[in-house]
Amino acid sequence: MIAAILSLSLLGLILGFGLGFAAKKFAVETDARVAELEALMPGTNCGQCGFPGCSGAAAALADGKASPTVCPPGGKALIQALAAKLGVSVDLSGVADEGPKIAAIEEEICIGCCRCLKDCPTDAIVGAAKQIHAVMREACTGCEACVDRCPTGAITMDPVPITLQHWVWPKPLSEGAKAWA
Amino acid sequence: MGLMEKIFALLEHGPGEHWGVHPDDRKRPAADAPLRVLPLPERLHVPLQQHIGAAARPIVLVGQKVLKGQLLAEAQGATSANIHASTSGTITAIGEITAPHPSGLPCAAITITADGEDRWIDSEPAVDPFSLAPKDTAARIAAAGVVGLGGATFPSALKLGLGLRAKIHTLILNGGECEPYLSCDDRLMRDFAAEIIDGIRIMLHATGAQKAQIGIEDNKPEAIAAMTAAARKFAEISVCPVAARYPMGSEKHLFSALTGQEVPADGRTTDLGVLVHNVGTAWAVHEALRHNRPLVERIVTLNGGAIAFPGNIRVPVGALVEDVLAYASLKEVPARLVMGGPMMGSLLPHTRVPVVKGSSGILALTAAEAAAYDPGPCIRCSSCVRACPVGLLPLEMSAHIAASDLNGAVDLGLKDCIACGCCSFVCPSHIPLVHYFNHAKGELAAQGRTQLRNDAAKRLAAARAERIERDTREKAEAAARRKAERMAQKAAEKAAAEAAAAQEAAGTAAESSEVTT
Amino acid sequence: MTGFVATAPLASPHAHSGGRVTWVMGKVMLALAPATLYGFWLYGWPAIHLWVITILFSLLGEAFCVRLMGRRAIPVLMDGSAALTGWLLALSLPPWAPWWLGAVGGLFATVIAKQVFGGLGQNLFNPAMVARVALLISFPVPMTQMVAALPLGSVGAPDFVQGLRITLAGMPNYDAVASASLLGHAKTELSRGIDLVQTFASANAPALSFIGARTGSLGETSALLIAAGGIALIFLRIITWHIPVAMLLGIALPALIGHAIDPARYLGAGTHLLSGAAMLGAFFIATDYVTSPNTRLGQLVFAFGCGFLTWVIRTYGGYPEGVAFAVLLMNALTPAIDRLIKPRIYGRDRKGKPMELPEEKA
Ligand code: SF4
Ligand code: SF4
Repeated sequence: MIAAILSLSLLGLILGFGLGFAAKKFAVETDARVAELEALMPGTNCGQCGFPGCSGAAAALADGKASPTVCPPGGKALIQALAAKLGVSVDLSGVADEGPKIAAIEEEICIGCCRCLKDCPTDAIVGAAKQIHAVMREACTGCEACVDRCPTGAITMDPVPITLQHWVWPKPLSEGAKAWA
Repeated sequence: MGLMEKIFALLEHGPGEHWGVHPDDRKRPAADAPLRVLPLPERLHVPLQQHIGAAARPIVLVGQKVLKGQLLAEAQGATSANIHASTSGTITAIGEITAPHPSGLPCAAITITADGEDRWIDSEPAVDPFSLAPKDTAARIAAAGVVGLGGATFPSALKLGLGLRAKIHTLILNGGECEPYLSCDDRLMRDFAAEIIDGIRIMLHATGAQKAQIGIEDNKPEAIAAMTAAARKFAEISVCPVAARYPMGSEKHLFSALTGQEVPADGRTTDLGVLVHNVGTAWAVHEALRHNRPLVERIVTLNGGAIAFPGNIRVPVGALVEDVLAYASLKEVPARLVMGGPMMGSLLPHTRVPVVKGSSGILALTAAEAAAYDPGPCIRCSSCVRACPVGLLPLEMSAHIAASDLNGAVDLGLKDCIACGCCSFVCPSHIPLVHYFNHAKGELAAQGRTQLRNDAAKRLAAARAERIERDTREKAEAAARRKAERMAQKAAEKAAAEAAAAQEAAGTAAESSEVTT
Repeated sequence: MTGFVATAPLASPHAHSGGRVTWVMGKVMLALAPATLYGFWLYGWPAIHLWVITILFSLLGEAFCVRLMGRRAIPVLMDGSAALTGWLLALSLPPWAPWWLGAVGGLFATVIAKQVFGGLGQNLFNPAMVARVALLISFPVPMTQMVAALPLGSVGAPDFVQGLRITLAGMPNYDAVASASLLGHAKTELSRGIDLVQTFASANAPALSFIGARTGSLGETSALLIAAGGIALIFLRIITWHIPVAMLLGIALPALIGHAIDPARYLGAGTHLLSGAAMLGAFFIATDYVTSPNTRLGQLVFAFGCGFLTWVIRTYGGYPEGVAFAVLLMNALTPAIDRLIKPRIYGRDRKGKPMELPEEKA
């Protein structure tokens, strides 16, 4: 009896130390991780995540203060990449991805004030003072940085239309989900 | 294949072929019914993209009168194909129509209102194709808008071009037609054997290949007989019956069945000196080079339990499925309407979609034929593993995809999946395995696109940051320069002032010294 | 009549082979039927009662769990897997065992060994064998109390009511017919220091015959009928030859070698194959889809392991029969086998690297 208790406690101790040692030994340098995470982020510093720029979000991710779903413009691809790097799993089915959106400027309302232009992180808006501005669809990342800057509310975020080339088969309802219904 | 691999294969499935499935073929009586011709519909909606690659660019205007065979839209870029008018008439719209695609999304199309004369455009008399250089033959095939008629719709001239570069020794003609229900190639081979053989000879000439093998599944004895008779005069062309087994019509599997080799995973048959074309393509090549006729119509199989008069029918490209069904009469509202074969064809959203160059069949299936049940849990019966002609683990891949682990599925070989449908076909739990794979492949492609976009955005953002930094630096430099100048000026002024003061102090000598400053 | 509108995008294929899980399970049950009926005839009403009770409680356990998860039970029960599990378990119990053995076993099989893992397709271990082993360890006495066959209609065979009494209240007045299975007999005699040659020479050795009235559980009595059912399954394409052949080889090879070296210590291959649950295990237990590997190469490895372990346990272990333990041990290895042995992908080698182009062309 005593022997059993002793041997089990000993085993527990050894394993505990082993785990502790492993955690120390294989701990990843935080700074290196932050840099790696930041490399994955869009890098536009649009601020939608609520952190100071992409590096801020990366630091928060590394500290576990933010979830991989933190970055709206990154989309599902980024979520997966981040989750893989962090070694966590996320359920993408819960992520409300309404599909990508891009900014559009209503020509009737634009007064050509140049404010949005200065805030666009990718220089996707072209225009000059007193001239109607326009968004270059290819360059817009949908970060929404410009929307609030417009004094006349001329900027809206429009969903990118789904075309035959971009259509994706929806995920089949899982067998479980069907049976539960 | 090493000896070890041979032993493994023997242990796994015994001698002989093992892959694939043997679906009930249901080709007759449609295959035996004589070929019919669809009465010309009032309007034709010709999509601009009926091939893999970029959509063609329209070169006609609304209101313009066109003749049958007239070029409507030009190929755009390397992978694209010309589109021609399938009848004579007036262009009444250049707009959109629902694509023959399960998504039900629209595609761009040119609408021709037929004048009923169906008059061909005058073309220069055809030249002897055997006097043409291979490049010119390919150019003529490209001009005629010929694409692979087996379903993949890869531009044929491009494929021949690949062949020109790769030193082809054998041409394989795919007459497998392994999909159940379909018999359009069967019908073509029975009725146009001589034309097909002529097309094959032209392709042989164009590629410089020494021999051609026509692979035909042995469930089509009439086609084999017709083709053998037509090929008798030509020693370089042989008809090779192959076992009926799905997916024998897959390019790589037919190639393996005829040559005993395997195409490496990242390669093509042309790497091994073999070019594979569909028999329908050979017929289209014959039409293009002998009669200067572009690809504007095709043979479509009409089949399925809901169709009153199944059979094969010549349909102009752009005719609506609605028109075709009206001609063949439906017995009942089908449970599924499919374009192509039942194994790989796509579900049609409704009947107002056009027939395109790649439409091999229109199937109106009853509920009993579709045999769909609600999916159950996977019982790990490994039927799918045994059925997969590629050697994948469908049950594991779908489990990973169900858990949103797309990369796990890729590691298991998702990219090698040819979407043949064998796995779903045999699954006793009716799990929509191919649906999972379609979803995963599409999602991965979408993620790839997003990744590209993100990278581009990152470059733009970096460029902007650099520009802003440069601007501020330049501004700062400019400011510093101005400051320096101001300082210098001030210093100069000060110096001047001092000098003046000194001069004042110096008194009368001032007048003369100012000249020097 | 072209009023067709698709409601949702459905992926190809738009045809199906027609197979369904229910039919798969049904065919397996059909293949088990001859041996079971023969067992019924041999052991009479008590065996029938026990069989019914075991299956009933398996279904009950499954239905209970499914209801607990808020799903409707009938469609799940209709797949036939719980009934088959109960059936297989009933075949591995002593025919005159008390009712609660079957009830506990049936519940254990579907609740603990199957539904706790996530239901059909998720369990790591064969539920029937888990239940059998659990019963064997918990209730060793009733689990090994065999009776000699008393065919229906023969003198002294219990009728329906007497059968019920035996199943429900135990078998006090039937001590006289207690008997031992061949493997159990051999083990007992060996442990008493009597070698096998003498054991089988003596008059009271249990009879060994193909279809004969061997003592044992229902699934052990007739190797021939079980094998016939299994071969029928191969022809029905429910199973392939790989698992049965490899498992029987796994038992027969070491037995042949052992018997050749020391016939007094080791039973012969024929005896091994035809006694105990070897046939049932090879054709019906090890072939369980859920708990066997996916590839046929993996199945060969798995089944050979099952057979070999069976022989090892029978020969050196503490229990006379080893099929259940052997299968469970190999079940635990199934995920590892599946990881290591994968099918070869077209155009690639076994490791997944693309094949090389032939030299002259490259
Ligand atoms: S996994 Fe892909 S290639 Fe294999 S059977 Fe299924 S669809 Fe065909
Ligand atoms: S065929 Fe269906 S049930 Fe069987 S292993 Fe494959 S996915 Fe699972």
